[in-house]
Amino acid sequence: MNAPHAMMPLPPDAPPLEQVHAKKIGDVILDIKNISLRFGGVKALTDISFNVKEHEIRSIIGPNGAGKSSMLNCINGVYTPSEGSITFRGQTFAHMNSRQVAEMGVARTFQNLALFKGMSVLDNIMSGRNLKIKSNLFMQALRIGPAEREEIKHREFVERIIDFLEIQAYRKTPVGQLPYGLQKRVDLGRALAMEPQVLLLDEPMAGMNVEEKQDMSRFILDVNDEFGTTIVLIEHDMGVVMDISDRVVVLDYGKKIGDGTPDEVRNNEDVIRAYLGTSH
Amino acid sequence: MGFFLETLLGGLMTGMLYSLVALGFVLIFKASGVFNFAQGAMVLFAALAMARFSEWIPAKFGIDNVIVANVLAFIGAGIMMFIVAWLIEKLVLRHLVNQEGATLLMATLGITYFLEGVGQSLFGSDIYKIDIGMPKDPVIVLESLFQGGVMVNKEDLIAALIAAALVALLTVFFQKTKTGRALRAVADDHQAAQSIGIPLSTIWVIVWCVAGVVALVAGMIWGSKLGVQFSLTTVALRALPVVILGGLTSVPGAIIGGLIIGVGEKLSEVYLGPYVGGGIEIWFAYVLALVFLLFRPQGLFGEKIIDRV
Repeated sequence: MNAPHAMMPLPPDAPPLEQVHAKKIGDVILDIKNISLRFGGVKALTDISFNVKEHEIRSIIGPNGAGKSSMLNCINGVYTPSEGSITFRGQTFAHMNSRQVAEMGVARTFQNLALFKGMSVLDNIMSGRNLKIKSNLFMQALRIGPAEREEIKHREFVERIIDFLEIQAYRKTPVGQLPYGLQKRVDLGRALAMEPQVLLLDEPMAGMNVEEKQDMSRFILDVNDEFGTTIVLIEHDMGVVMDISDRVVVLDYGKKIGDGTPDEVRNNEDVIRAYLGTSH
Repeated sequence: MGFFLETLLGGLMTGMLYSLVALGFVLIFKASGVFNFAQGAMVLFAALAMARFSEWIPAKFGIDNVIVANVLAFIGAGIMMFIVAWLIEKLVLRHLVNQEGATLLMATLGITYFLEGVGQSLFGSDIYKIDIGMPKDPVIVLESLFQGGVMVNKEDLIAALIAAALVALLTVFFQKTKTGRALRAVADDHQAAQSIGIPLSTIWVIVWCVAGVVALVAGMIWGSKLGVQFSLTTVALRALPVVILGGLTSVPGAIIGGLIIGVGEKLSEVYLGPYVGGGIEIWFAYVLALVFLLFRPQGLFGEKIIDRV
């Protein structure tokens, strides 16, 4: 990818999504090879391989307990896989912690909201810029010279995210007081503030009503279009995923049972069996 | 009236010292969700270090200037607190990430006894004095308003100024800097903080250091008033009601809570004492804290408890 996106163009009156959704999918950015993950005797993941290409929306689906979140947590560095390797932009790593992954340009959201509840919406999203703030402590405290300019620059970026997610009215509200759907947006906003190259979304639509799901789908597609951010999405609701994904991986009981475009996956026998059950 | 004001002032001064200790509790709780029982032991440890360094350093390097000697002793004690913070993170906290609050509390209880023991074997267990050259003579003010005026200790005034400066510094640090924001983020959610690239271990060292410096300032002021001795650790117990009153997560709460309790203790002792037989000072703070727990458990400024059902 080119230089990090310094500006976020606003979508004032966006044309219908289908037209904008012009694809510019690039090379493989994230390559997952033979990942297995065990917790004691429990096999959470067995020999999973798939890749993610630049600028695409890649979904991981599967029934409850299929290992979706475990997979995401391996990519994010929360879990260290027992076997296998993950290659990100040509760099292979076996041991990684969340912080190193964040520094490499991977951001994530959480299935069970993990926001800084006591802090305002603005501060929550601003905290996503922490890695980018370079001026030193004393300059920041005294608000002098470059520190002041830097703060303003980052604040402008955060304001754009706030506009983009349509949460202007809640800037100063402590996040803990917001309704669930809005908290999910703040979570997304914080991840966007990192200007990630890859964005991992862990069930962004869990527990939402139809309208909220539509809003969230629109945000995800917009992020992908406007920034070209690569998105890895976990969802358990098939419908939404099939509409917005470029390619889908299906997991069941920790094993990969399908991989391909939404249409291919939809007609895959194993997938149908996993979702609908079979008569044994 | 003059007597009332004197009592009030005396209360404010004691309260300020409670505030400083409570501040240490709040800082660590805010940043790591740990209720640090060892704050009192840290005050003792810091005060001991300060007292002994201000003896040793002039003796060793032949420094006569009191101010230079004290500044050096303060820096030396500060370095000791940094080492303590670093060791606590490295040996204790790092291994207890994501554990229950009770586990962490027990760990800090262990740290308390450890610090008390090590502090005394390193620095000795006598009573030492810290002399930072504060003027001890009282001044009489407002003589024209009341008969006899109001007696104020210059020493107390200077102490109040030091405390105020420290609080202002901390507020700026927490609200205006990237590190401050990271500290608040870690306080709310460890995992999310890591996901946006905040290094947990560094943050913990920083916050324990800051709490160590606050303990040092508290120990220095307290020690220069009353001498450095083992009983300093009980100060921590006096600061518990302050924290309940002010709210565990609020810096202003710790300050105001401390002042309220300091003043409340002194006034109730003087004005209610005669009717109930005295000794109110000892339990007043705890009863007040109990009342708060019943009616406003989050304290005056604590985060509002929102329950989603």
